[in-house]
Amino acid sequence: MKKLMMKGNEAIAESAIRAGCRLYFAYPITPQSEIAEYMARRLPEVGGVFLQTESEIATVNMVYGAACTGKRVMTSTSSPGFSLMQEGISYIAGAELPCVFVDVVRGGPGLGNIQPSQGDYFQAVKGGGHGDYRLIVLAPSTLQEAVDLTQLAFDLADRYRNPVLILADGMIGQMMEPVELPEMRDLSTLPDHSDWALRGARNREPHRIAAFNIDPVGLEKMNKRLQEKYRLIEASEQRWEEYRVDGAEYLMVGYGTMGRILKSVVDSLREEGIPAGLFRPVTLWPFPKRRLKELAKKVQLIFVVEMSSGQMVEDVQISVEGKVPVHFYGRMGGVVPTPEEILFAFKEVRKWK
Amino acid sequence: MEVIFKRPKALSDREFTYCPGCHHGIIHRLIAEVIDELDIQEKTIMVAPVGCSVFAYEFFDVDGTVAPHGRALAVATGIKRALPDMIVFTYQGDGDLAAIGIAETIHAANRGEKLTTIFVNNAVYGMTGGQMAPTTLLGQKTTTTPYGRTAANDGYPLHVSEALSTIDGVAYLERTTVSTTKDILNTKKAIKKAFLAQIKGLGFGMVEVLSTCPTNWGMSPVEAQNWLLENMVKEFPPKVFVDKVGD
Ligand SMILES: Cc1ncc(C[n+]2csc(CCOP(=O)(O)OP(=O)(O)O)c2C)c(N)n1
Ligand code: SF4
Repeated sequence: MKKLMMKGNEAIAESAIRAGCRLYFAYPITPQSEIAEYMARRLPEVGGVFLQTESEIATVNMVYGAACTGKRVMTSTSSPGFSLMQEGISYIAGAELPCVFVDVVRGGPGLGNIQPSQGDYFQAVKGGGHGDYRLIVLAPSTLQEAVDLTQLAFDLADRYRNPVLILADGMIGQMMEPVELPEMRDLSTLPDHSDWALRGARNREPHRIAAFNIDPVGLEKMNKRLQEKYRLIEASEQRWEEYRVDGAEYLMVGYGTMGRILKSVVDSLREEGIPAGLFRPVTLWPFPKRRLKELAKKVQLIFVVEMSSGQMVEDVQISVEGKVPVHFYGRMGGVVPTPEEILFAFKEVRKWK
Repeated sequence: MEVIFKRPKALSDREFTYCPGCHHGIIHRLIAEVIDELDIQEKTIMVAPVGCSVFAYEFFDVDGTVAPHGRALAVATGIKRALPDMIVFTYQGDGDLAAIGIAETIHAANRGEKLTTIFVNNAVYGMTGGQMAPTTLLGQKTTTTPYGRTAANDGYPLHVSEALSTIDGVAYLERTTVSTTKDILNTKKAIKKAFLAQIKGLGFGMVEVLSTCPTNWGMSPVEAQNWLLENMVKEFPPKVFVDKVGD
């Protein structure tokens, strides 16, 4: 299969189309607007629908409507836009509708800036909307992985009837790398969903979709069913990457762009004879707790690096259950930590350990 | 014996939960009759709002869903764009359509979305207990305008149909009442035309129905009818604003 040089945003867009996505709604925001521009060009060629909306609030609700029909639908945005979508995401999760979101995270809070950041971890993973719900969250660290996880995102959304979020950052969105694209999926092979989708009640009882139940016991029942589904997802879908963890005494932990930078940090440390390894969560929810807990027993120190003030680090701490010290290093405001400064920060911590 | 009046097929057998004298029930029935007459029950999808009529998706015997407050027309757009052959309608109150959802309303109309909207204007927020709506009349007392609505503090009653009438994507737009038998029959005709605007692919169709909320107006059903005819009709005159459907 031949490799193509592509920009991250465009690679995600093309991968979505090849996964069978024919409906895309979005409102422009940097650094992800190329997804919308690519979709505007490409979707009409494959008989799909592109619509530029009046706001992210309208967007998420159009996604809700399209998802009610059981067809593959996606939107993309960046941080302030993702904040605006949170109410709708709660409705979509509550109504158990399959769809895919892409959040190409930028510096915050507020208008912030358009540089890469990981400051949306909390709103992505802990639920930025109201109520007890979960998104499946996938975090690519290379463009090839972004392409592959986009395919997986649609399949997981369909399998669990749950919204799936691809959490990338401005770096993944804007950089160029060679990628290998999957074949175009045959739409007739996609899950059909005619058992619940809204397509007109011909020869059957009407289908009704709502995250709504006026009766508290009824609503609790619905919530219990949701929680059961989340337990199943936690048991089956934890994903991660390990790099040089054999014999490691020091474990670096980072996701997305940080994960790839930490790879070179690990290589430098190994060259100096310092036994370091990398653990990179690929699913941020469900967080790959099981494996991290095992690794925690084998290392002396865990060093978490994020492009935020420390959001994922809380999940690392929960996972290792205090069995090993967890240290944190982070930069904010769209600053991407360099391998050199991470090495320096790590060595400072190691000195005092 | 010949049956001359029965429940429309498009209504489910659930009992309405609306207050006595509330117009939601009449309007529901008219929509169901139109769906039956147009023979579109099997391809109709409804989007219910947040407000007293949130249960509408259970009252109609068609596929349906509930949108977040104000977003029914965005949800309907998503459905219609995914399934252009379906007939999709929203049913929205004045709080839903004219306050929180005004952007979705204007833009769905402006895109000429092939959708039908029934806009129930009762000049008040019903479900949350009678607060001011964008359509509350000047001087009208509500729980959040206890001294009466003033233009200086609260602005003027919003004329949504007048505003939408300037938008090119609108194919049918009429304001009606359901206070007399004649008005009821006329509203049914208007609703039918708003559906025909969609079926014929002409664009966005909406009927604004002036309605009572006896509970929150603090009136008997009869007093509420009279108040509507004496006051609301002056502020919001019934009228055909746009008709690209023809006869
Ligand atoms: C985001 C959000 N804000 C506020 C509410 C509370 N709320 C529920 S119904 C309603 C007003 C509905 O009024 P209207 O649309 O006029 O319908 P009616 O009840 O009069 O039929 C409000 C403000 C909500 N459910 N969601
Ligand atoms: S509160 Fe008002 S709008 Fe709601 S059902 Fe009662 S009368 Fe109708």
